[in-house]
Amino acid sequence: MSESKELIHVVDLCKQFGELKVLKNITETIHEGEVVSIIGPSGSGKSTFLRCLNLLGKPTSGKVIFKGVDLADKNIDVDKHRQKIGMVFQLFNVFPHMTVLENITLAPMLERKISKTQAEDQAVELLKRVGLLDKKDEYPTRLSGGQKQRLAIVRALAMEPDVMLFDEPTSALDPEMVKEVLDVIKSLVVAGMTIIIVTHEMAFAREVSDRVLFMADGEIVEQGSPDVLFFDPKNDRTKDFLSKVL
Amino acid sequence: MIDTIIKLWSKYDYVYIDGLLGTLWLAAVTVMAATAVGTIIALMRLSGVRLLDRFAGLYICVLRGTPILLQLYFFWLTLPKISPITLSDTACIVIALIVNASAYVAEVIRAGIQAVDKGQKEAAKSLGLSDRNTFRYIVFPQAIKNILPALGNEYITMVKQTSLASVFFVQELMTSYRTVQSATFLAIPSLVIVGVIYLVVTTILSKGLDLFERRLQRNE
Repeated sequence: MSESKELIHVVDLCKQFGELKVLKNITETIHEGEVVSIIGPSGSGKSTFLRCLNLLGKPTSGKVIFKGVDLADKNIDVDKHRQKIGMVFQLFNVFPHMTVLENITLAPMLERKISKTQAEDQAVELLKRVGLLDKKDEYPTRLSGGQKQRLAIVRALAMEPDVMLFDEPTSALDPEMVKEVLDVIKSLVVAGMTIIIVTHEMAFAREVSDRVLFMADGEIVEQGSPDVLFFDPKNDRTKDFLSKVL
Repeated sequence: MIDTIIKLWSKYDYVYIDGLLGTLWLAAVTVMAATAVGTIIALMRLSGVRLLDRFAGLYICVLRGTPILLQLYFFWLTLPKISPITLSDTACIVIALIVNASAYVAEVIRAGIQAVDKGQKEAAKSLGLSDRNTFRYIVFPQAIKNILPALGNEYITMVKQTSLASVFFVQELMTSYRTVQSATFLAIPSLVIVGVIYLVVTTILSKGLDLFERRLQRNE
C-alpha cells in the first residue's frame, strides 16, 4: 500500500484529559484506499484516536494532516474538512426528529448546497444499496439497531467522503444484527473506500483489513498485516490481548 | 354565600373585568418578554464565553435565590431613581416580573438544550455541519420538546404571580378583589370570584399548551 497517496498523516498526536495521558505521541499514516483496523483493550485510546482524526476530539498537541491540511490548526474551518471524513458511531446517533430520508439529505443540502431533488435521488440510491428503501419515510424510532446503523452509514456516505471512520459500529447491536452492518462495511471495502475501523470483531478485522493496529496505553504498540499481527505477534502485550480474544 | 357572590358580581362585574384585562395584559407581556430575555440568558450560559456564562449564572442565582416580592419592591424603589425617563409604578412592576420570570425561563431552556444527547451534536459535526446549522436543525428541534412542557408550567406560574402587583395597586385581578372588598367589606365572596377567574384563565392556558405539545409530539 505504500505506493499510494497519503490521505491522513498524524504527527506526534497527544491527547490528555486532565492529568491522564490518553494518547502518547502517535505518528501514523493512512493511505488512500487502505482499510485499517484498530484493536486493543478498552481504555487503550482507540476511540479517542479515531475521534481525533476528525477533530471531534481536540488533540492536546500534534498534527492531524488530512489531504495536506492540518486539521488541528485553529485557523482552518474544520467543518469544511469534516464533510470529507465520514463517521459512524457505536450508538448510531441517527436524528430521531427526522425521517430516514431527511436524515440523509440534511447535510448534503445544507453543506454541499445541492438541490432537494438531487439530494433525495442520491438518498434513494443509497437506501437501495443497504436495503432500507421501504423505510425512507419512517422515523428512526421504528427501525431496529441494525437498520439504524445502516442508516447512519449511508447518511455519512451522502457527503461523499474520502474516508470513513467507524467507532465500534457493531458493539451496541444485538448479535443477529451484526452481520447486516458488517456486510455493508464490507461492500464499502470492495468499492475501494478508505476505512479506519475500531472494532472488537476480530474475525472481521482479519478478513477485510490491509493493516491492523494494536493499541495499548495510548500508543500503537504493534502493527502489521492481519496474518502477521494475528498469527505471529511480536509484542507481549499483543500476544496477551490476542490470547484473551481469539 | 352563593347569593352574595352573585350580587357582588352583578354590581361590580366591571371592576373584575378590568382586573382580568389587567392580569391578561401583565401576563402576556411577562410571558413574551421573559421568554425573549430568558432565551438570551440561556444562550449566554451555553455560549462557552466565560464572562457571559458567569454573568448569566449570577443573574439566575440572585433572581432565584431571593423572594419575588422583595424583587418587586426593589425595582419599584430603585428603577424610578436611575431611569432617565419617568417610569410609572406599573412599568416598574412589569419590568420586575419580566426579570424574575426570565431567570426561570433561562434555566428551563438551558436544561432542555443540555438534555439533548451529546451524540446528536457529534453526529451533526461529523457530517460537517457548521455550529449554527447543528444548533438550528439538530439540537434546537430536539430541545424544544424538552423545553415546552416545563415552559408551560413557568407560564402558568407567571400568570399567577402577576397577582403580586396588587401590593402596588397595579390594575389586575387581586387589586379588583381589594377594591371591592374595601368598598363592601365582603372579603370571602370577592376572593372566590377572583379565584374562579384565575382558575379559568390558567385552565384554558394549560389546555392550550397541552394541545400544542401533543401536536409537536405527533410528527415523530
